[in-house]
Parts: sequence; structure tokens; C-alpha cells
Amino acid sequence: MDDLYREQIIDRYKNPQMRGNLDPHDYSYEDDNPLCGDRIRMDLRVDGEGRVTEAAFSGEGCAISQASADLLTEKVVGMSMDEVKSFTKDELIEMLGIDLGPVRLKCALLSLKVLKAGVYGLDELEEELAAL
Amino acid sequence: MAVPQTLDTLDVGAIRKDFPILKREIHEGVPLVYLDSAASSQKPEQVIRAMSRFYETEYANVHRGIYTLAEEATAAFESARERVGEFVGAESSRQIIFTRNATEAINLVSNSWGRANLGEGDLVLLTEMEHHSNIVPWQMLASELGFKIEYAPITDDHRIDLDSYGDLLERQPKLVGFTQMSNVLGTINPVAEMAEMAHAAGAVVLVDGAQSVPHMVVNVAELDIDFLAFSAHKMCGPSGIGALYGRRELLEEMPPFMGGGEMIKRVQFDAFSVTELPSKFEAGTPPIAQAVGFGAAVDYLSKLGMRAIRQHEQEIIKRALEQLEEVPGVRVLGPAAEHKGGVAAFTFADAHPHDVAQILDRRGVAVRAGHHCAMPLHEKLGLPATTRASFYLYNTPEDIDSLIEGLYAVREVFA
Repeated sequence: MDDLYREQIIDRYKNPQMRGNLDPHDYSYEDDNPLCGDRIRMDLRVDGEGRVTEAAFSGEGCAISQASADLLTEKVVGMSMDEVKSFTKDELIEMLGIDLGPVRLKCALLSLKVLKAGVYGLDELEEELAAL
Repeated sequence: MAVPQTLDTLDVGAIRKDFPILKREIHEGVPLVYLDSAASSQKPEQVIRAMSRFYETEYANVHRGIYTLAEEATAAFESARERVGEFVGAESSRQIIFTRNATEAINLVSNSWGRANLGEGDLVLLTEMEHHSNIVPWQMLASELGFKIEYAPITDDHRIDLDSYGDLLERQPKLVGFTQMSNVLGTINPVAEMAEMAHAAGAVVLVDGAQSVPHMVVNVAELDIDFLAFSAHKMCGPSGIGALYGRRELLEEMPPFMGGGEMIKRVQFDAFSVTELPSKFEAGTPPIAQAVGFGAAVDYLSKLGMRAIRQHEQEIIKRALEQLEEVPGVRVLGPAAEHKGGVAAFTFADAHPHDVAQILDRRGVAVRAGHHCAMPLHEKLGLPATTRASFYLYNTPEDIDSLIEGLYAVREVFA
């Protein structure tokens, strides 16, 4: 049908695996892309060793942004904080498996932006976000 | 010279041949279906050629040059101003200030007229259907000068609520600013009536004509308005140039907007004096070739006739609304076709506008997705974003068919 809307993306959009909120949580962050109205919140629970034990996302937006959030949320479970911090946008794009133009890239990367903002301290954050 | 206004219907087939870009394929074997003219129109070769011919044969900086080429360039530049002035019914071309676009024209009014006339306790009245370009300049100034901004609401059928507008006018706003045609709802506002009401309340009237001037007869004298802002790029002209029409007494009293060359009469190390209209508001080298293109664009539109263009678009939007409403899940914003220009913004069940636009693009159909620089309006309607198809003189019923077929393809992906 359409490369951008391969089965995985549409399936994740329609039947997300990781949708929800965690309360209480150790990390939570929400951000939006006002240009298109995409909004994502991500909640994480972390064990004593700093490993993600549970994760969930909520929000609304286009298929790309929501499918990306669903895949990313699933991916971070089991990761250490260091692994979360060093997870790159290229890895996320590869997971999505689609070729994105500059505008849609913003949709796809919103979830990663939210994740990084949640786990970083404010100082480190700006530097990291500038690289996105 | 009056602008000829024929009632002949358009020969859209011939018009399409004037626009080279309409011949291109967007993807292999997929022709362009351009439905984003409310963002920017495509350009006919008459405009493209006028500009390249000017660069090839007449180009120099304008004004003050004592050589043939500079005189010719100046004559071409000023002739464009005259034709643009005639196009909107200005008494004199001195009342046409060239700006970068409609946005800059509104910023000129806010910075010049606004600074000289607004202060604490004053009110500026806008409407809920304004584009950001007629909201943010006033917000910026209000935070500095301390005046208030109110917004005349829209009705449930997405037209201006004239009763509430009348009530707000009782608070005696100093300036009333509104769009003649909403770039989201397509609503065409009753400008003459709204201007008369505003004048009776003692307000100065600024009209955002960015969406109306390209599509219908707009005559500043008949409408009796004080300022009109519009952009060339939405009316077959180049980007980089727009215009502000202003009532002469107001323009003459207003302080300059930007400082630099061309806007001065005399400069000393400790002072300057300002020159006459329209140069007073045109600091620096203007967009010269763009003005030539702007002139060629109004010639092109005038020759076809604005009434005929409007009539064609009325037929197109009527048809588009009928067909869109048949697609399950589509909800079109804005009033009925008779109150509307060629703009159809819509929501489509659960499909996000970005996804809709992306899938349409695969079929060569160019639409816009987002808030269309009208976030407050979208917020009021409770919508984060919409998909917008907009039409112009080159659009055909077949273009609508392509849009509709594309929407069924979207349905298939998201069903």
C-alpha cells in the first residue's frame, strides 16, 4: 500500500501495546508539538539498579508519532538509565523501518524527545535535545 | 483605467496551460493536483516571464539613478504600484506601500499607527477567525503599550457573530481588524457592513485581504476601509512582496516604520526628516523585480476578470463540499458554500491530518495539514489540526475527484 504506513505502523497505531499511565512512577514527562497537535506523555518505573521495569505512554497525534511512542516505550523496558540515555534517534528510525521527510521526522522523534527529557537532568537535556 | 470585470466564465483548460508547474509529475506517472493555493498560489508564465525579462533587460536599483537603465527600472517599479493600486480601487498609487507580504503590512500598521495612537485603557477589536498575522502583532504591541484586545466571536455556523460584534463596538475600540476571508473556515465576512459599524463607533478599520484580494473583487473605496493588507504570492505573483493600502490622511500622519535609505528627505548626524508617501514607509532597496511580477500578476487576473474567477471558485467549492460530505467520516468546517471562498478545511474520523496529507501526497494531491496559522480558532473549535484543500482559478472538477479518491485510500489504511 504505502511505505510510510506499513503494517507495523498502522497496527501499532490502532492497537498500541504500551498505552496507559503509571501512577506512581519514577519518571514522567509530557511534551507536544503544537505545530501538528501531537502530544505524548511517557511514564517509567525503575528498580534499585536503575533499570526500567515498567513503561507506558499516553497522548494523541498522527499515526507516526503514536506508533513511534508505542515502539519506543516497549523498547525501553529492561534498559538501564545509561542505555536509555545513549539510545539514538537513528536507532528509533531503524526500529520504525520507514523513510521520513524532515516534517514527519519531528512526529517520529517526539517520543524520544519526551523520553530523554524525562530521564535527563535539565542541564544535560538541552545539549542532548540540540542533537535530536 | 478601470479594472475590466467581465462575467465570462473561465477557460480553465487554457488557464492551466499558463502554469508550467501544473505539467509536472510529483511521483513517476503521478501528476500534480495542487490544492494549497490558500497557502501560496502557483505562478503563470506571464508573471515568470515578466520578471525574467525585467532582470534580462531593465534591471537596476530604483529611484535617483541618473542613467537610462535606472529610469526604466524605476518606471517599471512605479507602474506596478499603479496597477496594484487600481486593482484594489485605490485613489492614488501613493496609497500603496510595498511590503514583504500581508504580515509585514499589518506589522507596519501596528508599529506605526498603533504606536502613535494606542495606549493604556484603549481597545483593539479583532475576530476569532483571524490568522496569527492579525493577532500576534497586536499582542506584541499590547504587552508594550498596555491596551486591551477583544475578539468578536463566530456563530455556530462559523460566520461572524454580528450582534456580539456590535456589542463589542460599544466599548469604542480605537482599531477594528478583521479578515475578509478566513483561511480556515473560508468564511467571507461582510466587510462593508462591518466597516460601517466600526466607523460609526469611531474606530479605524484594518482589513486582512490576504485570502480575499486574490479571489474576488476588492475595492477599498466601495468597502470604505482604512487599511487593506495583501500578499502577491497568493495571487499568482512572486513571494517577497505584498502591499498595504492606507487612507491618505492616516498614512500622512503616521510616523515611519523602518529607518534607512529612501524613506528620508534629509539626514544630518543628529537628525533626519521623513520624505513623502509612499517612500516614507519603504526604507531600503525594495523588492524590485517582485514588484514587476506583482504588476504582471494583477494584469493577468484583471484580464481574466475577478468576477469570473470568483464565479468559477464558487462552482468548485460547491462541488467540493457536496463530494466531501459524501465521504463517511469527513466533517468540513465553515459555513455553507454561498458564504464561503474556495477553502475546505476538514477533519476525517480518527485519521490525523498529517497522515491524511501524507497519503494524499502519494497520489500527487497537495493539501495542507495543521492549524493553518490559526491556533486560537482551532482551540475554540476543539481541534488540534485540520486538513485543508483550497482552490483557485486553475482547479478543475477532476482535481476534486482526485482528492476524494485519495480520501477513500486514507480510509482504507485507517479503517
